[in-house]
Amino acid sequence: MEEGVVNEILQGPLRDVFDSKQLITDISGSGNNWAVGHKVFGSLYQEQILEKLRKSAEHCDCLQCFFVIHSMGGGTGSGLGTFLLKVLEDEFPEVYRFVTSVYPSGEDDVITSPYNSMLAMKELNEHADCVLPIDNQSLFDIISKIDLMVNSGKLGTAIKPKSLVTSSAGAFKKRQEKPFDAMNNIVANLLLNLTSSARFEGSLNMDLNEISMNLVPFPQLHYLVSSLTPLYTLADVNIPSRRLDQMFSDAFSKDHQLIQADPKHSLYLACALMVRGNVQISDLRRNIERLKPSLRFVSWNQEGWKTSLCSVPPVGHSHSLLALANNTCVKPTFIELRERFTRLYKKRAHLHHYLQIEGMEESCFTEAMSSLSALIQEYNQLDATKSMPAEDLPRLRVAV
Amino acid sequence: MSIVTVQLGQCGNQIGFEVFDALFSDSHCPQGLCSKRENEAYQASCKERFFSEEENGVPIARAVLVDMEPKVINQTLSKAAHSGRWKYGQHSCFCQKQGSGNNWAYGYSVHGPRHEESIMNLIQKEVEKCDSLNGFLIIMSMAGGTGSGLGAFVTQNLQDRYSNSLKMNQIIWPYGTGEVIVQNYNSILTLSHLYRSSDALLIHENDAVHKICAKLMNIKQISFRDINQVLAHQLGSVFQPTYSGEGSFHYRRNPLGIDWQVRPPLSGLPMLGKMSLNKEFHFNTSIANLVILRGKDVHSAELGAFKDPALYTSWLEPVHAFSVWKTQRAFSKYEKSAALVSNSQFLVKPLDMIVGKAWNMFASKAYIHQYTKFGIEEEDFLDSFTLLEQVIASYCNLGF
Repeated sequence: MEEGVVNEILQGPLRDVFDSKQLITDISGSGNNWAVGHKVFGSLYQEQILEKLRKSAEHCDCLQCFFVIHSMGGGTGSGLGTFLLKVLEDEFPEVYRFVTSVYPSGEDDVITSPYNSMLAMKELNEHADCVLPIDNQSLFDIISKIDLMVNSGKLGTAIKPKSLVTSSAGAFKKRQEKPFDAMNNIVANLLLNLTSSARFEGSLNMDLNEISMNLVPFPQLHYLVSSLTPLYTLADVNIPSRRLDQMFSDAFSKDHQLIQADPKHSLYLACALMVRGNVQISDLRRNIERLKPSLRFVSWNQEGWKTSLCSVPPVGHSHSLLALANNTCVKPTFIELRERFTRLYKKRAHLHHYLQIEGMEESCFTEAMSSLSALIQEYNQLDATKSMPAEDLPRLRVAV
Repeated sequence: MSIVTVQLGQCGNQIGFEVFDALFSDSHCPQGLCSKRENEAYQASCKERFFSEEENGVPIARAVLVDMEPKVINQTLSKAAHSGRWKYGQHSCFCQKQGSGNNWAYGYSVHGPRHEESIMNLIQKEVEKCDSLNGFLIIMSMAGGTGSGLGAFVTQNLQDRYSNSLKMNQIIWPYGTGEVIVQNYNSILTLSHLYRSSDALLIHENDAVHKICAKLMNIKQISFRDINQVLAHQLGSVFQPTYSGEGSFHYRRNPLGIDWQVRPPLSGLPMLGKMSLNKEFHFNTSIANLVILRGKDVHSAELGAFKDPALYTSWLEPVHAFSVWKTQRAFSKYEKSAALVSNSQFLVKPLDMIVGKAWNMFASKAYIHQYTKFGIEEEDFLDSFTLLEQVIASYCNLGF
């Protein structure tokens, strides 16, 4: 809803990739106000958005999925972005909606981000098929880790300059000036790996509709924690098994998750492993067997693994792994969000900016709050079952 | 007498290719270890059974390839064409753009009816090319969405339209530790539906074949290709021509002529008088065993052990339950080879496990919304559970 970023893209190296007729901009932005993004710009641009969506959809032989990429803390991405979700649901009900949401970190400089995020959460709860939460702190930690490895020379091999993990502006100093490029690159890799099995051949394919089917056991529990490995390139093509296994181990470490979460010490509802490159089914099985004992799965899904093998590795790597976990370790993120919201809301700080927008009432806030609390409660109930032994339920008895 | 093969889904198509390749390689094997005349009769019989002839002499597999997304079929077609030795028919495949999302309900209730006409037409065309149709071999997996759901639907259709022809389903039993999280649901729905329309279910467990690759063949990094080739080898040794009772040079006309229709006696019939003393060996109790011997010295092979009453249920005489086919022509360069096809209790444990896990998951209602979305209700699940518990109980009772 302001022109700066879009213009930069249109003048940058990827300008030919985007169709300039498919862009919608305004002038003044949403002022970090969810209500402005959602209610004001939503109604203003609904027709235009719909028209451009339909145009894009017409070009598809078979439309399977929408990717919505936004942040939760601001005004446009959060407000207009979630408005869009409703539009997509109404207009294309059979097409999956995958949302990549950047959640505000601890040191977030937008004061109203708790409000924006809370209001957006309700929409995500109700209108998204699948959400991949990301937070900047985690991305930053990952980038720092890579830089540390490069600069300490611990790795025998250097990071290939064309590797997509580190952007081409790879020098450490430059990184400090423009850290977001490198951080965003990681999210880009996430989406690349997510779609790799749909784009390339493999011995065990996995389409995007299979992600929702396998990883969302109940409609409201559709938040997936993601992790990517490796974070550095390996120059050798024939990786000895030990290094390959390390890739699997890393995927479950809390340092590799794209949000602040520790899946290993929480409860898994389901887990997907999407492998790319020269990895065979025996490697996959060996690692699952190896890692299973240290992970806790919910009692009714003890073998809750979904796997895929794609033959084509990412550029510059010989193999890679994307792990998607439906795990109760997302709960702390939501609890923290609720706390920061409550602190602000109790004082009614900045509320008037929202309430003065037509269509906004206090009930919007309270409803959003209950929606989030209900979600947290679901995760609590699951966590409560963590320590209970898995019991086999009595089976049907039949007469022969 | 010809067999028409229907390959469904990624698994079905990947395996189907290996099966035809194995059949072709074997029939063109130079060292048949028998007379030239016999070799020619063998080749002709195999050819008629599995391939049809084209003008330029390249044999075309009698197969229909079905998948709901194009990648695997394209790969399969090109692999066959590249070999230069045999190929698939140009118009023998049916493909869509979007898969079944590992959703049995989607494969069965959406893809099935939607594409019934086209798929059955393709099969009809293939049937018309046969001088005399013996039956159908349907290759599918249980864990996914297309092979399992659409496979069940197609088999039902075949039962309706070709009730006089045999339908044998080659089913792949997934690895115990997930390939697909909802594999247990998909499996029980598949099996219960196939029970009503298939004549025989030929089972191959991924875990078992994997073990063969690891322990017997010492393959270090086992790929799905390795697994599929072992499978194809086993199927080939069962389905390649064998002598009929009329003596040499007359190959059995009915390759699927195994009498599986054994019915247990009604209670009240007196038990046969012999009490077997070897029960402590704990063999799985069988109701039918078929041994197929190929190669050198087949006529002097000692098969007494197969006729031990301890192997069979008490209400069957071994002479009724055990058959052996002997063919001098060697299979696939093996001087001597043997295959055993068995209808016994071996499947009770794996089936019981799958039903148990599916039941636990069903009790928590996890993932059910994904199925009800497409018309498979909780009642359908309960029907499946009931049917399979009856199957398990029936097989268990064989031991008495």
